[in-house]
Amino acid sequence: MKIDLTDTTASKVNKALVQGRRAIGTPAVGMVLTMVIVTDEENAYDAIKAAEEASHEHPSRTLVVIKRHARTPRERTHSRLDAEVRVGSEAGTGETVVLRTYGEVSEHADSVVLPLLLPDAPVVVWWPSDAPANPSKDPLGALGQRRITDLYAVENPMDVLETRRRTYAPGDTDLAWTRLTLWRSMLAAALDQARATVTSAAVEAEADNPAAELLARWLEARLRVPVDRVVTEGPVVTAVRLGTADGEVVIDRPEGPLATLTLPGQPARRLALKVRATSELIAEELRRLDADEMYAVALRGEHTEETPAHV
Amino acid sequence: MTDETTQPAVAEEEQVTDARTSPPQEPADGPTVPPQEPADVGSALPAPPADWSNPLRDPQDRRLPRVAGPSGLVIFGVTGDLSRKKLMPAVYDLANRGLLPPGFSLVGFARRDWEDQDFAQVVHDAVKEHARTPFREEVWQQLSEGMRFIPGDFDDDAAFEALRAAVEELDASRGTSGNYAFYLSVPPKFFPKVVEQLKKHGLADAPEGSWRRAVIEKPFGHDLRSAEELNAIVHEVFDPEQVFRIDHYLGKETVQNILALRFANQMFEPIWNRSFVDHVQITMAEDIGIGGRAGYYDGIGAARDVIQNHLLQLMALTAMEEPASFDAASLLTEKLKVFRAVQLPEDLGRHTVRGQYAGAWQGGAKVRGYLEEEGIDPASTTDTYAAIKLGIDNRRWAGVPFYLRTGKRLGRRVTEIAVVFQRAPHSPFDSSATEELGQNAIVIRVQPDEGMTVRFGSKVPGTSMELRDVTMDFAYGESFTESSPEAYERLILDVLLGDANLFPRHQEVEESWKILDPIEEYWASHGRPAQYASGSWGPAEADEMLARDGRSWRRP
Repeated sequence: MKIDLTDTTASKVNKALVQGRRAIGTPAVGMVLTMVIVTDEENAYDAIKAAEEASHEHPSRTLVVIKRHARTPRERTHSRLDAEVRVGSEAGTGETVVLRTYGEVSEHADSVVLPLLLPDAPVVVWWPSDAPANPSKDPLGALGQRRITDLYAVENPMDVLETRRRTYAPGDTDLAWTRLTLWRSMLAAALDQARATVTSAAVEAEADNPAAELLARWLEARLRVPVDRVVTEGPVVTAVRLGTADGEVVIDRPEGPLATLTLPGQPARRLALKVRATSELIAEELRRLDADEMYAVALRGEHTEETPAHV
Repeated sequence: MTDETTQPAVAEEEQVTDARTSPPQEPADGPTVPPQEPADVGSALPAPPADWSNPLRDPQDRRLPRVAGPSGLVIFGVTGDLSRKKLMPAVYDLANRGLLPPGFSLVGFARRDWEDQDFAQVVHDAVKEHARTPFREEVWQQLSEGMRFIPGDFDDDAAFEALRAAVEELDASRGTSGNYAFYLSVPPKFFPKVVEQLKKHGLADAPEGSWRRAVIEKPFGHDLRSAEELNAIVHEVFDPEQVFRIDHYLGKETVQNILALRFANQMFEPIWNRSFVDHVQITMAEDIGIGGRAGYYDGIGAARDVIQNHLLQLMALTAMEEPASFDAASLLTEKLKVFRAVQLPEDLGRHTVRGQYAGAWQGGAKVRGYLEEEGIDPASTTDTYAAIKLGIDNRRWAGVPFYLRTGKRLGRRVTEIAVVFQRAPHSPFDSSATEELGQNAIVIRVQPDEGMTVRFGSKVPGTSMELRDVTMDFAYGESFTESSPEAYERLILDVLLGDANLFPRHQEVEESWKILDPIEEYWASHGRPAQYASGSWGPAEADEMLARDGRSWRRP
C-alpha cells in the first residue's frame, strides 16, 4: 500500500510506516539494513527499481532522498518535505519511503533521514549519480557504514577517479569496482591453474573506462608489474593478458557474455562472463558491509607491501 | 549482446569431439598402465615453485568467492533420481554463481546407450527443470563443453578403460589437472564393485600433486558390522581423508547455523545445559509414503534410514561442546564425544516406539497403508515411524532426555530441533494467571520455512494478570531471502575444495550404529510395529512413551 504525506516531518513518516505495516498484517519485520538512496527525480525510478530487486536478497528499508529544485525565488525560501510511504508488495520485500525536499530542508536532509533509520541495522548510502566529492564527509554519507558511488555515472570518470582516490575513507566503494568481481574472480582462477609468475600484463578496454583503470591498478598492485592499457572498441573491458615465461594467460571477451580463456599449453575454453544489471551489483555490495580494503588498494594502484588494515 | 554466441559454440564443440575420438583406442591393453601419464598431459607447464601463491588472491579480498580448483566430477548412476533432481542442478547452480573453475568437467557413467550429446541433453533438461538459479545460455555453454558420457556396466572393464581415457583426455583438453571426485550415486551393494574397478584401472590413484576423492551417499551400511565392512572396502582404495559421506542435512544453512547460534552468541550458551533445559525433541517428519522405494525401504525402516544419520547428527550438533576451531578434525572430536556419551534407556520396550502407517485420509486424499503398498510383504515388520529416547551422560546433559522421532505419512513435512526449557522455579503469579503458560522453548526450524522460533510467556493486554505463550520468529526467508544455496551445492563445492567440515567421518557412522543396533535388535525380537493413521502425528504408543516421563510431543 502507498501513503502520501505532504508538508510533513520524519515523525509523521514513522507513524505512517507503522500504520502501513499494521494494515498489511506484518507488524514484525526482519529487515537487515537501511538503504539511503540520494538522487534526483531523473534517476530515482531506476535506482528504486534496482534497490527493490536487491531487497529480495537483503530485505531493507529504502529511504530515497530526492532534492527538488524550486523554479521561483519565492518557492526557494519556502521549505517543505513531502513523503511517499510504500509497504507490502509495492516495495520489494522491505519498505520504501520516497522523501522529496524543497527549499532549505534540502540542505538538512540528514535531519530527516536520521530518525527513519532502522534501529541497530547497518546503513548504506548510495548515490546513483552526482556523488559528493568527499562521500564520507557528506552529512548523509556520514550516516552510513558503506557509501556506494558510481564512476560510470559521471562526466569525466578519470578526474573523478582521482578525487575518489584522494578522499577515500574505509567504507567507500564504487560500482565500477563491483562490476569487476567476475573478471577478477576468473583471473584469479586462471592463475590458479597456470601457477606461473606473471611478468607482464595488459588490460584492453574502451577509452576512459574507469573499471578498466581500476582493474589495471589492481593488477599492478598485486602482480607488481607495469600494466599496459590498450584502447579497443569496447564494450567495457574486452580482454586481459597476463604474460608468463611459458606464454600468455588471456581472458578475451570481445562482446556478449561468453569469454574465452587461454592458458599456455592448453586448448582455449569458454567462460560465462556477463555484464550484470545494477540490481545484481547492489546485491553484491550489500553482502559485505565492512570496509573493502582491496578497493583502496585498487584506487591507489601502488605496489603495497601488504594490504593495509586501515587507511 | 546476449545471443550472438551460438555460432562459435558449434564450431568449437566439433573440434573438441574430434580431439577425443583418438584416446579411447589405446587403452585396451589392460589395467596395469601406470597412472603417471595424465599428470604430464595436464601440466604442460614447468612445475611452479613450491612456495608459489596466487598474487591475485588475498584473504582481505572477500569479494572473490571460494572457487574450486581445476577439477572434474564423475557421477556413477547418473541416470538416477538424485542425480537428475539434485546433483546436476547443483552443478549448474554452482557454475552460474561462478564458483566452478574454468574447464570444470562432468562425466556421467551409466548403463545407457548414450553419446555425449544425449547426456548433455539429459543434464540440460534436468537443469531447466530443477535448478535454483535462472537458466543462462552462456553458463550452459561453458558447462556443456566439459560433459562426457561413458556407457557401461560396473563390471565392464572396457567401460572403465574408456572412463580412464576420458579422464586423461579431459586433463589435456580442459586442464582438470588430474583432480577428480567420484560420486557414487548407486545402491550400496555396487560400492565394492565400483571402488574395485576404480582401483583396478588406476583411477583411484592420484597423480603427484593432485587428488582423487570418493563421494558416497547413505545408507552407510545397515548395522555396525556392515558399516565397518563398507568402510574397509572404500578405505582400501581411497584414503579415509578423501572419502566424503554425504548427509545432505549437514549442508543446510539452518544446520550450520546451529553452531553459529550456539558459539557466536553469548545469550544462548549459558542456559544450554541440564540446569535450564528440561528436554530436547528432534523431529523429522515426512508427509509422503515410501513411493516407489519399496525395494530399498522394506527391511531398512525409518530408524536406520533417518535416525542413524540425520537425527543423530542433529543431536550431536545440538549437544556437543565448543570445538577448538572450526575445522573437520575438531568437529569430529566433539561429535564423537557426544556419541560415545550416549546412554540407551534400560527398558527399551518402554522408551522406544516403532510404527507403520495405516491407510487413512491424509490432507484430503485417501492413501494406502504401508502393508498395502506395492511390493511390501503384508507381514512386514519394517518401521515407518520410530521414536527413541536417549540420554547423554556428561556434565552438561546428564538427566536431560533427547527424544528423537521420525516417520513417513505424518501430518506435514517438517524437521526441527526443539530445546524445551524447565518452568520458572517460582512464579509470583497465582495459578489461574499462568494456566495457559507452557514451557519456554527454542525451536530451530531446519526445513521447510528455515529459521528459529523462541517461545516465552507474555502478559495478555487488558486483563489484570494473565499470561500466555507467544512466539518470536527469525525466518531465513525474511532476513536473507533467496540467497540460501541448496544443500547439495554447498556439499559438492566442499568436496571439490576438499573441505570436510560438513561430512560425517567413518568413526561417526560407526558410533551411531553402536547406538542404534541394540534398539534394532530389541525390536527384531519383541512385538510388532504399532499402526498409526496416515496424516496423524504417529502412534498413540509414542504419546504414552512421553506421558510416562510427564512430557508430551510438540506439534511441529
